[in-house]
Amino acid sequence: MSAAVELVDRPVRVALVGAPNAGKTTLFNALTGSSARVGNYPGVTVERREGTLRHSPRPVRVLDLPGTYSVVGETLDEQIVEKVLAGRLAGESELDGIVAVLDATTLRRGLGLLRELLKTGRPIALVLTMIDEVRARGGKIEPARLSALLGIPVLGVVGHRGVGMDPLFRILQEPWRCAWVDEVCRKIGAEQLEPDTRTDRIDRLLLDPLAGVAVFGLVMLLLFQSIFSWAVPAMNAIDAGFGELERASRAALPAGWLTDLWTDGVLAGVGSVLVFLPQIAILFTFIHLLQDVGYMARAAFVVDRVMGWVGLQGRSFVPLLSCYACAVPGIMATRTIQSPRERLATILVAPFMTCSARLPVYTLLIAAFVPHRALLGVVGLQGLVLFALYLLGAATALGSAALLGSTLLKGKPSVFYMELPPYRWPTVRLLARQVWHSARAFLKRAGTIILATSVVLWALLSFPRSAPDPARTPAENARASLEASVAAHVGHALEPAIAPLGFDWKIGVGLVASLAAREVIVATLAQTYAVASKDDFAGLRDALRSDVNPATGKPEFGLPAALALCVFFVFALQCTSTMVVMARETGTWRWPALAFGYMLALAWTASFVTYQLTSRLAG
Amino acid sequence: MQAAAADATAPGDGEVPLLALAVGARARIAEPRPGLPIPQRLADLGFVPGTELWIVRRAPFGDPLELELRGYRLCLRAEQVESLRVIPGAAR
Repeated sequence: MSAAVELVDRPVRVALVGAPNAGKTTLFNALTGSSARVGNYPGVTVERREGTLRHSPRPVRVLDLPGTYSVVGETLDEQIVEKVLAGRLAGESELDGIVAVLDATTLRRGLGLLRELLKTGRPIALVLTMIDEVRARGGKIEPARLSALLGIPVLGVVGHRGVGMDPLFRILQEPWRCAWVDEVCRKIGAEQLEPDTRTDRIDRLLLDPLAGVAVFGLVMLLLFQSIFSWAVPAMNAIDAGFGELERASRAALPAGWLTDLWTDGVLAGVGSVLVFLPQIAILFTFIHLLQDVGYMARAAFVVDRVMGWVGLQGRSFVPLLSCYACAVPGIMATRTIQSPRERLATILVAPFMTCSARLPVYTLLIAAFVPHRALLGVVGLQGLVLFALYLLGAATALGSAALLGSTLLKGKPSVFYMELPPYRWPTVRLLARQVWHSARAFLKRAGTIILATSVVLWALLSFPRSAPDPARTPAENARASLEASVAAHVGHALEPAIAPLGFDWKIGVGLVASLAAREVIVATLAQTYAVASKDDFAGLRDALRSDVNPATGKPEFGLPAALALCVFFVFALQCTSTMVVMARETGTWRWPALAFGYMLALAWTASFVTYQLTSRLAG
Repeated sequence: MQAAAADATAPGDGEVPLLALAVGARARIAEPRPGLPIPQRLADLGFVPGTELWIVRRAPFGDPLELELRGYRLCLRAEQVESLRVIPGAAR
């Protein structure tokens, strides 16, 4: 659609090229006056002259190249000219245009040089010097005819007298790109096309002040709805399938740590990746479909103003919305944001959006500790808490974007520049291919990390191994083995840091485990509380409720700690795959490291405040 | 500082800020005032004095704008073109 846009305005650079004695230096002096600087090209004794165009409101740098008959390098001078024109001389920046300076009395020789210059493909203006002498000697050269013939601006000047200099000043100040584009279009007779009436008609509806906003809202609602409602049956099926596979494996294989590694490490890991696949596939189908038909740019156009308030762009919206499914595809979708600054800001705040891996955690804690009551007879308290958690995530994302924009990513906002492409019918084949590519990228990037972390965590949770006691139930044995494990030691070591948040070592173990993927904490809690499986939701809920601290005799875990844990999950970046994708998309580990630290600090502080406040209120 | 310099200069005949232009009304880009050059980025996009343009539409929330000039359309935020002044009316 459009190439990356440069971020800073730079001066226009124009080079004078011509034969020795063509009057180039006189012209250069007339153009730049006292601003000329004389030096040497690096390493050689060839003189380098550069100055600023006089009387120009915008900066135009004029470079006086050494006199040359050809731009094919024979002499040292010619080699310098050849390299500068090709943009290959170190230390010289790209030229915007060439002014060919030809002696009108020796036009035949000069035109050969002009032909070589035209072949460079750069915008060219031709200046004919000594035009007075041609006339004096009975010659007749009309610049206008030459201009029509060549399709480039041609001017006749008498440099030392200033004749014809005004138009030259004007041409040099003109944006070279435009002048050149106009010339080319005139030369090839490119006509303006008729407006695309179909696109116009659709836009009149879809970008209407009222209907446009309504359509935008509906499309986004549909996207949101699809990743939750439509994906759920498939996700449940995959989850159940892997549960069955784990049970079958346990039944078929001899008991031992290798079987545990296979079922609790590998199968659980693969399952926790694949369970996201339906959501990811639907999400990518939506995103690519919107791109292909041309609505994505319109959505960005509609919502740009709102996103602009927090220093983002319209194109940040859909990636952030995608993060409600998973931050990994959301961060991958930021590639459509062309300006690097806004893209980085979007990536950094993406993990605050409530991804679906947080949902099982919220559901469990809310069901266990928030009273099942209705407020004002209509709004369920449990649903309200869930909604508040979602809102908190989104508000933090937007607030952090504004904060980043005024601190770390401070600076002039990037140039916003976009086009609304014509509407097109999508093709199923292209769409299928794009979705397949994106889904595969997700599986490769997130999947391998989640799997690896899952295996490592299994090891931390299972070693050192304790011999099962036949007198106890399998669930009790699992709990005993966990209590002796490395992870339990980490949990105990964490206790001083998390006690102010109302968390004991068991939650600490869960927090460590959730680094693989947030929802893993549910399975880990099931194991710590000796519940038969993570699918035994009611059992786990009751176990959490009835857990009593042996020292105090009081409940270990109540509403304040549950809310604090939910709040912790709103803020903390407990997702290795998100960090890996962040590092990949930003090209450095600096940003994910920064995001992890920032989000952890925020999570701890917010949980602390939540726990202290609610326990005072409750007590 | 730049604004003060611009205020000292009387605006050209019939010039208005581009942003004051009604949607659908044609205009030509005016010569820039001293001290207030057309930003390089805009110039590169084709915003040079004399160029005819019109506002195709404003986004539902009022910003950005879609503009048509030189046979193509592009969207820019209002703040990017607020320095531009135009002379209303078709070129010919």
